[in-house]
Amino acid sequence: MADETRTPTATAEAPAASEGHTQRPPSRGPRPGGGPGGPREGGRKYFRRKKVCKFCVEKIESINYKDVRLLAQFVAESGKIVPRRLTGVCTPHQRRLSCAIKQARNIALLPFAGRAM
Amino acid sequence: MNRTYELMFIVRPDMAEEDLDKLISTLETVVSTSGGTVKSVERMGKRRLAYTVRRFHDGVYVLLTVEGSGGLVHELERRLRVTEPVIKFLSVRIDEEQKRLAKIKAIRDARKKAPATPAPAAEGGEAAPATA
Repeated sequence: MADETRTPTATAEAPAASEGHTQRPPSRGPRPGGGPGGPREGGRKYFRRKKVCKFCVEKIESINYKDVRLLAQFVAESGKIVPRRLTGVCTPHQRRLSCAIKQARNIALLPFAGRAM
Repeated sequence: MNRTYELMFIVRPDMAEEDLDKLISTLETVVSTSGGTVKSVERMGKRRLAYTVRRFHDGVYVLLTVEGSGGLVHELERRLRVTEPVIKFLSVRIDEEQKRLAKIKAIRDARKKAPATPAPAAEGGEAAPATA
């Protein structure tokens, strides 16, 4: 019984070990990809996932200054509002978002600069 | 002109509960004498401030929803400014936002119902040419 179980593993290991020397193709796969999509055929070396507006996708209509948890996702460590090009938020929502963040800052729910204490 | 406003203000953390009650009741009387109505008073409790305000690191948040005119809000703001324990306040008009949200909700509800009703009608329409 023990021999039976050993032999297949040994045979399975052997090709794996031999491949280990010439393991270039599998290791090359993820390297140029970098992003979540992996490599893509064509001119582009890597595939960047399309950013989507959180508010459109999750159908969040109300962007309120009281909802600190939601707003904090769009505020950088430094307290800055994260630009649209990084978050993928659409223009109408970014407009509301920035208004809400500014209101929240005014009432000390969010910091103007630096981390909340 | 009746509009809905939200007044959020922060009182100093060392303020006594009774004093806060008194402050809120005076604000409520101000609202009623100016011809407005208090829709709700919400005490959000003690919270850490994001930055120091008058050397305080935390404060007690109170949210007041009021219906009335702009003059009423002006008066309330004046009172909050004068009241010493209030360290910060913010008043926001919310009726237009509420209207917008109600509109979106109505559209969404209509869309949800819509697929249920036209679906049988569409089937009937398809069936008729098939038989003909």
